[in-house]
Amino acid sequence: MIAQDLQVILPEIALAVYAIVALLAGVYTGKDKSAAMIVWITAAVMAVIGLWIATGSGTNAAFGGSFVDDSFARFCKVIILFSGAVVLVMTQDYMARRGILRFEYPVLVALATVGMMFMVSAEDLLVLYMGLELQSLSLYVVTSLRRDSVKSTEAGLKYFILGALSSGMLLYGASLTYGYTGTILFSGIIEAAGDDVSIGLLFGLVFLIAGFAFKVSAAPFHMWTPDVYEGAPTPVTAFLSTAPKMAALALMARVLHEGFGGVISDWQQILAFLSVLSMFVGAIAAIGQTNIKRLMAYSSISHMGFALMGLAAGTTFGVEAMLIYMVIYITMNVGMFAFILSMEKDGVPVTDIGALHMYSKHEPLRALALLVLLFSLAGVAAPMLGFFGKFYVLRAAVEAGMTWLAVAGVIAAVIGAFYYIRIVYYMYFGQDREPLDAGGGPILWVVLMGSALIMIVGVINMFGMEPVAAAAAAALVN
Amino acid sequence: MTAVVFVFYLFAVSTLLGGLMTVLSRNPVHSVLWLILAFLSSAGLFVLLGAEFVAMLLMIVYIGAVAVLFLFVVMMLDIDFAELKAEMAKYMPLALLIGVVILMQLALALGVWGFDAGAAERIAAPKGDMENTRALGMILYDQYFLVFQLSGLILLVAMIGAIVLTLRHRTDIKRQDVLAQMFRDPAKAMELKDVKPGQGL
Repeated sequence: MIAQDLQVILPEIALAVYAIVALLAGVYTGKDKSAAMIVWITAAVMAVIGLWIATGSGTNAAFGGSFVDDSFARFCKVIILFSGAVVLVMTQDYMARRGILRFEYPVLVALATVGMMFMVSAEDLLVLYMGLELQSLSLYVVTSLRRDSVKSTEAGLKYFILGALSSGMLLYGASLTYGYTGTILFSGIIEAAGDDVSIGLLFGLVFLIAGFAFKVSAAPFHMWTPDVYEGAPTPVTAFLSTAPKMAALALMARVLHEGFGGVISDWQQILAFLSVLSMFVGAIAAIGQTNIKRLMAYSSISHMGFALMGLAAGTTFGVEAMLIYMVIYITMNVGMFAFILSMEKDGVPVTDIGALHMYSKHEPLRALALLVLLFSLAGVAAPMLGFFGKFYVLRAAVEAGMTWLAVAGVIAAVIGAFYYIRIVYYMYFGQDREPLDAGGGPILWVVLMGSALIMIVGVINMFGMEPVAAAAAAALVN
Repeated sequence: MTAVVFVFYLFAVSTLLGGLMTVLSRNPVHSVLWLILAFLSSAGLFVLLGAEFVAMLLMIVYIGAVAVLFLFVVMMLDIDFAELKAEMAKYMPLALLIGVVILMQLALALGVWGFDAGAAERIAAPKGDMENTRALGMILYDQYFLVFQLSGLILLVAMIGAIVLTLRHRTDIKRQDVLAQMFRDPAKAMELKDVKPGQGL
């Protein structure tokens, strides 16, 4: 019995054991001197486990139905592991040069990843909460990794306090749900909720969604995002804006479809509200930003709005659209951060977008890659992959009879396009200023170019991702 | 009114009073003491429910460790609570409004409290004639084994975090070198000089 259960969570155990071994190795060997090597090994281990998970098949439940390994979970885990590995590899050089490459960094990232793997596989409220806390706690620590900087510690503290508040809301919702249904298993909750949810259970649902919205930084629970993104060391920001978003959205999709799948109309309106608000807050508030990290924070709020639109549709296709959207978003974001990590002048990192004036004259190829990524993030021009991400979620909304939501999405996308295209304008038509250094190593260059290339080549068939995402969504919604 | 009901109301009222005074009292040290009262009375409520193990845990862990730790922290950190409160007072009207609205909504929700028809079967059945402590162990290390191990990982992260964020490797101090001390040779540690009278070294 227990042996079978352990078999199902073997990838998670492997990563957790690796993290502990790496921690011991770091402590007993040359302290931070071995950090670079640990980063590389961690990335390799995460990639290998990702490949291992990708070969799995079927639906395996474990621990009395509180953990499940289905194709939805595997899809999300593979994305989380690969994006985490890429972020680790591309940030190692930056952190080493700023003197903040501690050997605990890769260990904490690996432990956060373990938490995310449990989040996407959780089938009851307790495992869900434990996974979420494991992830969040690791992220709070890496956010304030640059402990001599006031901004970094402030960001960590802010993230911690608001994260604790959101965990409180989530737990309150979980306790109400348990109180009204008498079970923490999603399979039991869906049975209890039936097709007409009682008002008490509805309260539980609302509090749960509020807690999740905090974690995915959807408006109106987005307040922490710009400050944390700006204050955290840039490599950590890159990590924050990729894998954890995927995990939190997947978690939300699972709770809503497996726990409350019978009462879709009850949570649909809440999600639609969050979605519209996030899209507009992200699009409008970003206009005044000149710091590229804050800009990316608002950009991620807006993108979460679009991903939630897919979820708000409440259909299998909606979940599929959300998965596709998230994969494309993460790929774009990794490329964007590869660029941001290489922005420096005289060896000092620069985050002001004013520094990009006439960038195309000094670095034509990188400027071109950035142009592709920015157009893709804006998602209004057809020949980039980002457009297809938006197209899928809009189609999901229209097919679910929420045309108004799709129209609002299009308007928000057009508003949001302004600030992406403004950077393009600076790069190609701005005033001539002192150029940035040709910073960043070859790894950052490869990631940036690779991400831009995927945005263009991917439009042919999305690398065959669509049927996989469809199968994953079908495994979740039934 | 039977004795049990009387005791229940006694504990319930003192729990509420303790919670309320924790928030209201001006002196933070008093707040912690009121918090201990709230913990104690809820331990009493647990005893009434027949959950004596949880009650003892509450006493030993929460009062014995957590509350005393709070007390130390409050006494050692020099925080100007009056200033903090003045800052808070600015947002008081808005906070009150939101609080009252949520309270009313919750009253509305809890007012129609009713278990779902199938809830009775889904609630975990008592584990036969086992005593509570043993039953808890059976559940914790069996059914909730995964959650138990995950909490261990979370504590590990907390430990790593505390060390990462506070440990500083100082290079300007002299450290103890145990091996060097153990291998010290008394013959070499001291050198005897024969100083002749009337002459210096």
